[in-house]
Amino acid sequence: MIKNITKGKVDTSRNIDSHNHVTGRSIYVDDLPELQGTLYLAVFGSPVAHGHLRSVDLSAAEKLPGVFRIFTAKDIPGANQIGGIIPDEPLLADKEVHFHEMPIALVAAESEAIAMEAAKLITAEIDPLPVIIDPREAFAKGHISGSPRTFQLGDSNKAFAECAHIFEGKADSGGQEHLYIETQGAYAIPMENGSLRIASSTQGPTAVQRTIAGVLGIPMHKIEVDVTRLGGGFGGKEDQASAWGAMVALVAHLTNKPAKFVLHRMDDMRMTGKRNPYSSDYKIGLDKDYKIIAYEATFYQNSGAAADLSPAILERTLFHLNNSYYIPNVLATAYSCRTNLPPNTAFRGFGGPQGMFVIESAIHQAANTLGIDPIVIQEANLLKDGDVFPYGQIAKEAEAISCWEESKERFDLKKIREEVANFNANNEALKKGLALMPICFGISFTNTMMNNARALVHVYSDGSIGVSTGAVEMGQGVNTKMLQVAAHYFAVAPERIKIESTNTTRVANTSPTAASSTADLNGKALAHACTQILDRLKEVAASSLDTSADKITLKNETVYVDDIASDLQWEQLILSAFQQRVNLSAKGHYSTPTIHFDKTTEKGHPFAYHVYGTAIFVSTVDCIRGTYTFDAVKIVHDFGASMNRMIDLGQTEGGLVQGIGWMTMEEVIYDETGRLRSDALSTYKIPDIYAVPKEIDVHFLKTDGSDMALFKSKAVGEPPLLYGVGAYFSVINAVRAFNPNWMPEFYDAPITPEKVLMGLYAI
Amino acid sequence: MVQFILNNQEVQPKLAVGTTILDFIRYHKHLKGTKIGCREGDCGACTVLVGELIEGDLRYQSMTSCLMPLENAHGKHIVSVEGINQNTLSPIQQAIVEEGGTQCGFCTIGFVMSLTGFAMNSETANSENAIAAIDGNICRCTGYKSLERAAARISEMKKGKPEAADFNWLVQEGFLPAYFKDIKARLEAFSAKDKITIGTKKIVGGGTDLYVQRPEEMAKTELHSFLNDAGLRTINEQNGHVYIGAAATAEDIRSNPLMQKIFPNLREHMKLVSSTPIRNMATIGGNFVNASPIGDMTIFFLALDATLLLTKDDNSRIVKLRHFYKAYKQLDLEADEHVEQLYFKTPPANALFNFEKVCKRTHLDIASVNSACLIFTKGDIITGAHLSAGGLAATPKYLAQTALFLAGKQINAEVLFAASQLIQTEVSPISDARGSAEYKRLLLRQLFYAHFLKLFPGKVSLASLTQAKNS
Repeated sequence: MIKNITKGKVDTSRNIDSHNHVTGRSIYVDDLPELQGTLYLAVFGSPVAHGHLRSVDLSAAEKLPGVFRIFTAKDIPGANQIGGIIPDEPLLADKEVHFHEMPIALVAAESEAIAMEAAKLITAEIDPLPVIIDPREAFAKGHISGSPRTFQLGDSNKAFAECAHIFEGKADSGGQEHLYIETQGAYAIPMENGSLRIASSTQGPTAVQRTIAGVLGIPMHKIEVDVTRLGGGFGGKEDQASAWGAMVALVAHLTNKPAKFVLHRMDDMRMTGKRNPYSSDYKIGLDKDYKIIAYEATFYQNSGAAADLSPAILERTLFHLNNSYYIPNVLATAYSCRTNLPPNTAFRGFGGPQGMFVIESAIHQAANTLGIDPIVIQEANLLKDGDVFPYGQIAKEAEAISCWEESKERFDLKKIREEVANFNANNEALKKGLALMPICFGISFTNTMMNNARALVHVYSDGSIGVSTGAVEMGQGVNTKMLQVAAHYFAVAPERIKIESTNTTRVANTSPTAASSTADLNGKALAHACTQILDRLKEVAASSLDTSADKITLKNETVYVDDIASDLQWEQLILSAFQQRVNLSAKGHYSTPTIHFDKTTEKGHPFAYHVYGTAIFVSTVDCIRGTYTFDAVKIVHDFGASMNRMIDLGQTEGGLVQGIGWMTMEEVIYDETGRLRSDALSTYKIPDIYAVPKEIDVHFLKTDGSDMALFKSKAVGEPPLLYGVGAYFSVINAVRAFNPNWMPEFYDAPITPEKVLMGLYAI
Repeated sequence: MVQFILNNQEVQPKLAVGTTILDFIRYHKHLKGTKIGCREGDCGACTVLVGELIEGDLRYQSMTSCLMPLENAHGKHIVSVEGINQNTLSPIQQAIVEEGGTQCGFCTIGFVMSLTGFAMNSETANSENAIAAIDGNICRCTGYKSLERAAARISEMKKGKPEAADFNWLVQEGFLPAYFKDIKARLEAFSAKDKITIGTKKIVGGGTDLYVQRPEEMAKTELHSFLNDAGLRTINEQNGHVYIGAAATAEDIRSNPLMQKIFPNLREHMKLVSSTPIRNMATIGGNFVNASPIGDMTIFFLALDATLLLTKDDNSRIVKLRHFYKAYKQLDLEADEHVEQLYFKTPPANALFNFEKVCKRTHLDIASVNSACLIFTKGDIITGAHLSAGGLAATPKYLAQTALFLAGKQINAEVLFAASQLIQTEVSPISDARGSAEYKRLLLRQLFYAHFLKLFPGKVSLASLTQAKNS
């Protein structure tokens, strides 16, 4: 007998996980029930940032009661290698250490407390080597990862000769700690025949699987990686979850015991990489009408001690060097500079924000030197259909101008401008700053081969449905969107559908949940799987109702023939199909069409589509204390045809606030020895509820959306973070309202209260 | 033996009393709803509610379980999310769901608990107070705007709460399960805790510093908690002096009517001091003894020229707070001696007090520089001053010379400018994660100016001070 489901319990207009979230029933790695005999891990990290590793003394630690075994590089049966793009990163330091807290030894003990105590008893003999933390110094000494990349369009050299105005300058942007509230972690359970099952807090289950297989020297099919959900990722668990997965796997493999490692916050902060800091030079040329005719830039990316994802991040910096503007003549070169910091990595925006900060700095300098509002230059150069990007793609369905114009009108920019001017004229100790930030972000992995996904759908004989994809739920609501897809195709109540964990044995060879593309890629793969089953079901229904399959539709759990409801309901249809031995499972596959990119010419069509938007920022600076607040951020954003407005709004508000954090209070500080000084929540500050803008107004631009997007609903993960750049310039503008003689010596984000106060009172 | 009620169950954990409530509920009771974010009270993911009988009333406060030893739970009601879950969502859980206030979900429980605490407490029902209740909860995703919307809805619901409501209303409206109605009686049934002699045990207040600085050691330490001694939490006025017990929490001070009367801007000042759950735990004695050069409450009371009463066994002595700090983290405090009480002269009507603090993030952050002052005036003349500042030396500074200089002077830009130069000779800041030495000096000047701009708005202006600088 088939049990009826309780309809109306799941509302897909909201995040389907939210009930579990608010009751504490959602399960993260550290919440999994633990098996008897589980070993707990702790890492002994390098006490110096660079040096020759002479010896490691484990003797005191090994004697501590409760310590099971301690592992070093020589215990690794396979390759001591976790580098994703370039094999340049050992799991455990062998001959050299390259950053402070680089893992050297791995303690497995009966409890976490014992493991941590033992790790403190380990010592290492290291001959120190010079420490480099600055990317320009690394560049000067030739420490470059991979090859430099150069994007060129037109002839900038020639174009500069024709420019009415030319400005040169420097713009630096700082790192950013991901600060996912759930720290990195993994739990490995040995299975039979030398296999392992690993629960991991990762955006890239396949990356964890592949890394472990390499480290253990066993085939990938022996490694099952399962991800239920993440307590935040933001790029920090795209590549950098692999090390911890490999550590628990190594211990489980060598001891045949379950092994668990959930990092303590300070260890996580010290051992993992962050958003890549950049130092960049720019040269911008404008004609008399403020059209940007030529732009040159050199980007020095701080990759940290290993390549990690930095080469790909570097590439995206170049893809977004022109932000939302058309520039006919461009020459830009980017270097990934190797330093002695923990390997820096993906962070929402993936190099894009760093590139956009430079062009916005160039425009700000040009405008302020010319005595005009940067808005004038921004507006004069917005991209339109048919314009070519520096990498050869032609802008299509460009919404740069429509977002800009709509924001000006809807939010009455003229009035805002007057209000700011009036306020500043009438207030001595408080000054307001206005800035606009248009954005343009390309959607697709820039590495074309990664733009594919798969889904596995089972319809069970009782009519319930299980959906597996390669998408990892990390707060972005992808589970909800996947459920919407399945519910749409099968026309069933959402309660019938379960979104399964992301598991490498059900969906293999996945791309990480990244590049804002996960819902598009996996959703379209899921649609493919659903359609296959649906086609089979239509045949079953047609034969049962004595009609042809092309006349069959499903609506509201009912089979319709020629748009007229039949008596055939979903559960009965499924039971019939099952009894007729019809395959009720399907695997869907999707690979993004039309995209391509040739790295030899640095030209192509790398993106399925672009996302646009414009944000208006108004900030208030306290000119006595150098503190600031954001009065309002008003946004017109190109969501396409949003398939879930609540989730998309949450992504927009959240991305914006993260971007503001990066540009304002979030300051990653390493001292000259390469030691992280901002290594706790008490020293590294991210926005709290009082730090968010008093008003965030997000308007959904009316557009048809892109056919390349899932249900024409454009990708929303990363683009809103880019708005954050506007926060920086609105604060700079407010400081200049108090102290007009001041201009920053160079553009240097974040604009901390310290920089503000120094600017306010600079002579 | 420590004994308390965890959700709906009496417990007597057979663990070291220094074990944190967080570890107890997650790893011994396997209640996994409470999350670990930072273990230093800075994220709020592990927030629980703590109910205790205070003068016969059952009062609940939010606290971060990562910094709370079992010892401090004795005789109380500890509530994790499992203790408020019912068959249907509570109005708070429902509001967060409906406003989209949860994304990855990891911080969510902390928000749920803090907002439940708000529904239970006696703070006025308005959005501002509802948001203040979640000032210690960090959401990285970050759904603050939707959480603000949820908080506003919750404050609307709370407006229906009858004054002096017992738990019946909260149960009836679905905020709490029915067992909450019996908690008061169950707590009263606990026998009074035996008085523990201090002996060699480590004294702990709220644990908000010790558990950040040395969590492993604390977990194994035999503790004596100050917080359980109601006699050490009193605040009263006698003979022109205000006396505050060393175990009074920052929240005890913030919500005290006497303190609010003396310091009309107290709530505004205290908003700059840590966060709600930390203020609910952190004691004034702990703040003094941890000897941070930047302790907010230390700076606050230095400007009141407060005096400490120190006790060892049955012997007591007094020491001025400004003489208590000898060098970095070195106190005029003997082994086995503890801070018992603080007192200061009630400021007269002609004295004005101000507290200033600037940090990277305005709230829930450690100051780059903080400063407080008490200025006595007669007409335009400063008849006396107390001035303090933190973050500028190895110890919290009482700025004696500048205070002396100001006495007898008229309040004008020239005098303040001269004082702002003198003040620099009293401090020796270093560059660190909280700012460069140069910045801290500039900030000190600005906060010094801020005191006067705030307290005497008609007498000086920012322009006059800026010009004084240039003249």
